[in-house]
Amino acid sequence: MNVLNILNEISTHDPEVYARLDTRRAAMRAFGNWGKKLTLAAAPLALSAMFKKAYGQVPNSVVDVLNFALLLEHLEADFYTRAMMTVPFPDAKVREGFGIITDHEAKHVKFLVTVIQSLGRGTIARPRFDFSGGSGSGNGPFKDAFTNYGLFLAVAQTLEDTGVRAYKGQAPNLLGTGDVLTAALNIHSVEARHAAHVREVRSMFTQMAGLKPWITGNDTGGIGSLVAASYAGEETTMQAGIQITGINGKAISANAASESFDEPLTREQVTEIVKPFLVS
Amino acid sequence: MFQLHRNATGPRPDGAPVNPQRRGFLRVAGYSAATALLVTACKTDADVATPGGSTRAARAGDIIKFGTGDVAVLNYAYALEQLEAAFYEKVVEVGTLKGREMTLFTDIRDHEIAHREFFKNALGSAAIPGLTPNFSSIDFTSRASILLAAMAFEDLGVQAYNGAGRFLKNADFLTLAGKIVSVEARHAAYVRDLMIRNNFSNTVDANGLDVALSPGNVLNVAGKFVMEGFDLVGSGLIG
Repeated sequence: MNVLNILNEISTHDPEVYARLDTRRAAMRAFGNWGKKLTLAAAPLALSAMFKKAYGQVPNSVVDVLNFALLLEHLEADFYTRAMMTVPFPDAKVREGFGIITDHEAKHVKFLVTVIQSLGRGTIARPRFDFSGGSGSGNGPFKDAFTNYGLFLAVAQTLEDTGVRAYKGQAPNLLGTGDVLTAALNIHSVEARHAAHVREVRSMFTQMAGLKPWITGNDTGGIGSLVAASYAGEETTMQAGIQITGINGKAISANAASESFDEPLTREQVTEIVKPFLVS
Repeated sequence: MFQLHRNATGPRPDGAPVNPQRRGFLRVAGYSAATALLVTACKTDADVATPGGSTRAARAGDIIKFGTGDVAVLNYAYALEQLEAAFYEKVVEVGTLKGREMTLFTDIRDHEIAHREFFKNALGSAAIPGLTPNFSSIDFTSRASILLAAMAFEDLGVQAYNGAGRFLKNADFLTLAGKIVSVEARHAAYVRDLMIRNNFSNTVDANGLDVALSPGNVLNVAGKFVMEGFDLVGSGLIG
C-alpha cells in the first residue's frame, strides 16, 4: 500500500494537507517511525488516525459500514468458537481447517474494533446470539449445529457465503475511502476463501458432486428453503446489461455464467437473514 | 516485459518537474522513487497499442497502454483475465488433470472466459487488444506445474482486484470488481487446498486480512507471461 502516494494525491487537491496534518515535519516523523513501530498491516490504522486529525470526523456512513461488518464478524467468530468446543469433526485435519477459519474471524473482530476506535468512534456491543436460528428461543432449526457435523457444515457454508455477499454489498459505500476500502476488500476475499474451503469439505461429506467451491445458480447445496434468502439472486447471468451465457459465441452455460460472478446483498437483506440468529 | 525504470533524479515522464521537496519527503519515508516513476522502453508510436487505437491483435514487442481513469482499471482487469483464461484453456486442452479436478478446472476455465469476454464487451472500443500469452515456463503435462501456476494466477488475481478497488471512481464498477474477486478467491482457495490441505488462506496476514497489490507490482509478475509490455504512465494506476 502506498500511503505516501495518497498524501501526494491529496496534496494536489488540497495543498494544505501537510499543514492539516500536525505539521509536515511531524507527519514525516510519524511515517519515519512506521517501519520501526508498526507492522505494514497496522498502517491503515495510523492513516485513519491522521485523517481524522486532518479532516475531523469521518462520515457516519463509513463508521456504520464498519460496525455492520463487525456485527457479522462477531456472529461468525462466536459461532466457530463454540463449534470448536463441541462439534464432532471427522478427523484432525478437518478440525484444523475450521480452527484456521475461527482464528481469522476472531482477528477480523479485533481488526474492525481497532479501526473504528482509531477513528475515534464507538463500536457496537457484542450481540447475544442464538445459533439455533430461533431468535432467542434456542429452539430454531439449527439447534443441533454444535453436535451434528453435517448441520454444522450447512450453517458454516451459509454464514460464509452470506458474509461474502454482505461485504460485497457494502463496498460501494466505501468508495473513495482508500485504505478503509482496501481493508474491507482484503477481508471480503478471505471470507470467499473460507466459503470455498467449507463448500468443498461439505461436498466431500455429503457426497454431492454438484456442490462446488463456487455458487451454482441459487442452489443451497441441499440445505433448502431455510437458507434460500442467502442464495437468492445468485442465479443471475446478466452483468451490467451484458448476457454472460453464451457470450461472444463462447460455450458458457447458464450455470457457469452464474458461478463466475458472486452477487451482493443489501444491508436490509443481510439483516433479515441474520435476524433469527440474534437474541431479540 | 514489464519494466520499472529507476529515475529518481531525472524529469518525470510526463515532463513535469520533480518537486525536490516531495522527493525529500519520499526519501525520508523510505519510499522508492522507482515505484513512483514507471516508464517502459517505448520505441515508436507504432509499437504503442492504446485503447481503441488498434483493431489488430497485439504482438510481441507492443507496449500496451490501458487508457485513463476507470477505463484503465477495467483494461488492467481485462489484461489479467485474458491471461487467466488462456492458461485454463490450455490446461483443459492438454487434459493432464483427471476426475473432479478436471471438472472443476473446466468450471474455472469457463469462469475466466466469462470474465474476459465480459470486459471485452463492456470496454468496447476502449478495450486493449488481445494479448499474446507466453506460458513457456509452465509444464502443462505436469499436475504439480499446473497447480503451482494456477495458484500463482489466482492469488495474483485476488491481490490485483483488492489493490485496484481504490482506483475506481464509479460505484457500479467497484461492485463488478467485487463480484469477480470473490470468485477468484474461491478458485485460489480450491487450488491451494488441492496442493496442501488447509492451505486455502495461507496468504492471510496477522490481522486476518488478504493481500492487496498495486498494479505496478501485479504487472511485474503478470508481465512474465505475456509477450507484450505494459505502460502505466498517465493511467492513474501508479501508486
